[in-house]
Amino acid sequence: MSAVDKALDKAQDNAQDTKAAVASAVPEGRRRRRPMPGSLLVGGLIVSLVFGMALLSFVWTPHDPTLVDASVRLQKPSPEYWFGTDKFGRDVFSQILMGSRTTLFVGFVAVGVAALIGVPLGIVAGMAPHWFGELLMRGNDLVLAFPALLLTIMFSAVYGAGTLVAMIAIGIASIPHFARLIRGGTLQVMKTEYVLAARAAGRGPFSIALRHVLPNVSSLVIVQASVGFAIAVLAEAALSFLGFGTPPPTPSWGRMLQESQEMLSIAPRLAVFPGVAIAVVVLGFNLLGDGLRDRFDPKLEDRR
Amino acid sequence: MTDDVLTVRDLNVAVGGRKLVEDVDFTIRAGERVGLIGESGSGKSLTALSVMGLLPEGLRATGSVRLAGVDHDLVGADETRMSRVRGKEIAMVFQEPMTALNPTMKVGRQIAEVLLIHRTRPDRASARTAAVELLAQVGLPDPAAAADAYPHQFSGGQRQRVVLAIALANDPALLVCDEPTTALDVTVQARVLDLIVRGAQDRRSAMLFITHDLAVVATVCERVMVMYGGRVVESGPVREVFTRPRHRYTQGLIGASDLTVVDDHGRLITIGGSVPPAGHFPAGCVFRNRCASATERCATRPDWVPTGPDSGYSCFHPVSESDVPESGVHKIGANEPGVPTNQEAGLG
Amino acid sequence: MIVRLVQRIAILLASLVVSSVLVFAFMAVLPGDPARVVLGTSASDAAVAQLRGEFGLDRPLVTQYLSWVHGLVTFDPGNSYISHTPIGPQIADRLQVTLWLVGTGMVVACILAIPLGIVMAVRHRRPSGLVLSALSQVGVAVPAFLAGILMITVFAVEFGWLPANGWTPPIEDPVLFLKQLALPALSLGLVQGAVLTRYVRSAVLDVLREDYLRTARAKGLRPTQALLRHGLRNAAVPVVTVLALQLATLLVGSVVIERVFVIPGLGSLLLDSVSNRDLVVVQDVVMLIAMAVLLVNFLVDIVYLLIDPRLRVGAS
Repeated sequence: MSAVDKALDKAQDNAQDTKAAVASAVPEGRRRRRPMPGSLLVGGLIVSLVFGMALLSFVWTPHDPTLVDASVRLQKPSPEYWFGTDKFGRDVFSQILMGSRTTLFVGFVAVGVAALIGVPLGIVAGMAPHWFGELLMRGNDLVLAFPALLLTIMFSAVYGAGTLVAMIAIGIASIPHFARLIRGGTLQVMKTEYVLAARAAGRGPFSIALRHVLPNVSSLVIVQASVGFAIAVLAEAALSFLGFGTPPPTPSWGRMLQESQEMLSIAPRLAVFPGVAIAVVVLGFNLLGDGLRDRFDPKLEDRR
Repeated sequence: MTDDVLTVRDLNVAVGGRKLVEDVDFTIRAGERVGLIGESGSGKSLTALSVMGLLPEGLRATGSVRLAGVDHDLVGADETRMSRVRGKEIAMVFQEPMTALNPTMKVGRQIAEVLLIHRTRPDRASARTAAVELLAQVGLPDPAAAADAYPHQFSGGQRQRVVLAIALANDPALLVCDEPTTALDVTVQARVLDLIVRGAQDRRSAMLFITHDLAVVATVCERVMVMYGGRVVESGPVREVFTRPRHRYTQGLIGASDLTVVDDHGRLITIGGSVPPAGHFPAGCVFRNRCASATERCATRPDWVPTGPDSGYSCFHPVSESDVPESGVHKIGANEPGVPTNQEAGLG
Repeated sequence: MIVRLVQRIAILLASLVVSSVLVFAFMAVLPGDPARVVLGTSASDAAVAQLRGEFGLDRPLVTQYLSWVHGLVTFDPGNSYISHTPIGPQIADRLQVTLWLVGTGMVVACILAIPLGIVMAVRHRRPSGLVLSALSQVGVAVPAFLAGILMITVFAVEFGWLPANGWTPPIEDPVLFLKQLALPALSLGLVQGAVLTRYVRSAVLDVLREDYLRTARAKGLRPTQALLRHGLRNAAVPVVTVLALQLATLLVGSVVIERVFVIPGLGSLLLDSVSNRDLVVVQDVVMLIAMAVLLVNFLVDIVYLLIDPRLRVGAS
């Protein structure tokens, strides 16, 4: 295991520590069923809200978010324009609603790419002979040297900028996170007695992976998907801000921020709305991930 | 002035509303070795940690713990005052030698540190000399080289010797040992026990020795207290308690530890049922839900019945003093008394 | 120790080779004809052929790759496709700017995160700890460029205390340099600090639960002393690693921050080169960043060996 692995493993424990401390405070007793962690509740609420916004934007927005109307440029928030209008007279609230769609879409594809490649890779690395697993993990470290943004910029330079390139690049950059986590989980499962029993019974590796490993690491996948979503949202925002993400006219929070920058002295609120939207969504997915980890983590059960 | 080293009165430990240790009273005299036995969950480790003032966060102790020569109560004392007592007047040997030492610090420095904290040695050089001497006392070969090694270079038994050296460094008035040999290989247990007892004897340190192993208590201690459900249910001189237990729980415990006796079906004797989770023992007598002799009366809490200056029990249906082992119990092998190990064995 | 050192060096070299091959494949091979990409579809065949000839793009790929690597290793990566000027000095120039930014950001992050993380861990069950923890969660959710924009709004636009953008080398005007550095470095550092705080907290909490910390207190050390003397060295191991990993995040963050504050650093060079389709510069900068990250990972593994005695002698 490299230093990087160890640090990342430690980091997985981030949110559960309070719980574990409480648990260890009753050293000789049994613990009651853990209550629903607050982070799960708040995170879940925020994430549902964003999904609600995205769904709503399919059927209704107060105004056409792409409609340019010079007569209503830079309006202050009003009953007509809840969040005001931007320098082209477009309704900011409608853009935020539509932007949630872009954000979620990019997140889904990126996390999907990362999970589809990362999970099997992690399982293989966990089940394969030790040297091969280590080799795959070195490859993992290598990919970590190319963060999502760098990868997207590199791809964009060759193939031109666009949502697809951004999503795939973010996805590729997220593969190592999945692979590392799933490998750790797989190694644990492979040590259990039921896997030993299955191997003794002559089950092939593919069958063991499907019947024993995958179900047992699925909770890890869900947790990482949530955290990965937050990372993807951040990356998409940064890319759109730089002009490598979603091309206009599709509304995107990152680009709204970029457009707001020249207006900072006149209308700083144009930066505030998309900025808050990004931060809240990222916070929501992070909290959801932490909460789920609290809920699932088998390590917590063992920890005394 | 009495020669009582440790006086514990009405010690209670609770988390939230649940009591984990209840009304524990005992004294330990200078140089005396007292055992505290019970199954896991009985509250014996928490009792020891309360004496040290090292309860895990969230647990609260009430009552009184006084140590001779310390002018304040150890319960509720602030960290600054406690830190002057710990490592000097009271020292502790922990259960897990593998994790009790700092992995990134040389063993010699970890021992020297306890001498420097309490200024029992003036400088690093003399503290180091003392540390090497202590390592020699706990029987590590080549103590000078050992002082320059890191914990991972030692075996479990060797690490426990280092922990013991730290505990003994300042000649404490009281040495608290929390299952010091449980985590060790059987083959090294006897040697480490011997070192602990000898170290304490050389320094005239009193000892509070926690274990679930009756044989160890019989080897090490003069007096024993039996804990169950957070309470001391019986206490007295080791020989007396082990040969003529009065409390039904003590009787069960001794029966269960005697591997030479089987029941009608040829199985080893056990206590029926299992220890309830901490804080969930029945009201009244804590043992009544597992006790064959329990009656309705046991729903009220039995009083402490003193049978001597240091002995007594709390049970409504004590084993009568003339009781022979219950019928249906068959001895295998030689006709030994109930004490599993010879008391004098480890003390020579 | 020696075996591990050799092993680490081998891993580093292998990683460098593999990643350079990957970058080369993506930037120089996959596009088919880099010269065509650079000049665009409307360029005449003659112009394309001339560019190919000038930069040796008509040579075999292996030769091209080797000469590129040779250029990187000798710090002389040749000329830009577009401006036909040497890339080396340009990158060195820009790198200096970015290093200032990343370095200061890192310092800000550490100053913020290490004490806060420790406090959060020590007080993790008290209200103050929980509030700090919640705040750090919010900090993690704020992208650096958003922090930058907000800071421009408040400190530059609203109060006018600091310049909203620009860059002056420290030798020319140290005061102006510091003023211009303040906001971008703070934006980078605050956000990175929030992330780092959570790692510090987690590492310290782990250490607080260790038995040897209880031993330290049983020796007569007060809780704070025990943590400082016995805990921090052990907690430092994962934190140092994360710090190094964050270098990648900081470098990338500085790409965005340089855009926000109009700073002529490596990030701006990269973005400009992408717009100009100056593939060779993009290729060099990407490789440089990847190399830096891999090199720092390597150094961390070495520091690891120094901090943790268990690693020095084989596996324990």
